[in-house]
Amino acid sequence: MDLALLSALNRHRNAREAVALVTDLESGAARLVTPEGLAGDPAAEALVEAFRTGKSAKVITGERPEFIDVHVPPVQLIVIGAVHISQALAEMARLVELDCTLIDPREAFATPERFPNVRLIAEWPDVALPPLKPDRFTAFVALTHDPKIDDPALTIALRAGCFYIGALGSRKTHARRLERLAAAGFADADLARIHAPIGLDIGAVSPAEIAVSILAEIIGTHRQRRRG
Amino acid sequence: MSENLAGGLATESEILATAETWRLAGRSVALATVTETWGSAPRPVGSHLVIDGDGNFLGSVSGGCVEGAVVTEAIDVIASGVPKLLEFGVADETAWRVGLSCGGRIAVHVVPVR
Repeated sequence: MDLALLSALNRHRNAREAVALVTDLESGAARLVTPEGLAGDPAAEALVEAFRTGKSAKVITGERPEFIDVHVPPVQLIVIGAVHISQALAEMARLVELDCTLIDPREAFATPERFPNVRLIAEWPDVALPPLKPDRFTAFVALTHDPKIDDPALTIALRAGCFYIGALGSRKTHARRLERLAAAGFADADLARIHAPIGLDIGAVSPAEIAVSILAEIIGTHRQRRRG
Repeated sequence: MSENLAGGLATESEILATAETWRLAGRSVALATVTETWGSAPRPVGSHLVIDGDGNFLGSVSGGCVEGAVVTEAIDVIASGVPKLLEFGVADETAWRVGLSCGGRIAVHVVPVR
């Protein structure tokens, strides 16, 4: 493998872009393929499957054995609001290996004492979110109830195509939120992607139970998309 | 001699970044990748191990069972410039062969980074 190919692979990974390294197992010849650039590749069919499942695999292309080493970004979880639910959610996210970041501009909420071992950013979402590169491998959760904080964050999450978007709030709160986002130019199809009321309906009461219901909904959305 | 004693602690990003850093620093480097597994295998397909010409390595292809053998083969690959496809099966203590005590089998592809 050429160093240039390895460097390109690392660049894609750092940019949270899906990429596959395809290596001929006999000659060692290798090439990089992106989901956008796979049309015309001899292993296109297998590559589609690899990008969908995120699983690397040995395939036979023509008569040649090749290895598809597929790299899809790890799923990240971005939580807006350093509230009680987030305390439980951040801990549980670590157990299921979601790369979790909490954002809350209110410094009284976003303290390391309340959130040990979690990446915590005490900034407004429009400042904190873009460097995290939210994308289709990102789950996004808005939990502050405060339109000043949640709305700009939801706007960024919707535009970024996050695979899961959830927002805390009663049906009434959510109806008003939808009116504001529609007025800001979002179509019904976009707004329908917001899970609200947030979480699976398991009758959750405590903050930790609500965190379970949110996490279950995120996992369900993620796994079913890959299964489907 | 190892910078990470075959623990699964290094992330995939660290392993691939290390391969690049070592090569850029002028070290000779090989990259080993698990290409197939049969039965119970300790590390999934796509796991990486990076090795340099002096036998330093980072990453894991088997959780420690066959890393030593892969490192030895990788030093050969670095010297010859020719990729190798290795297979490891069940450990056979009487024959002193390296292998996987879990009873699985794995294939590992080792390529030089030029």
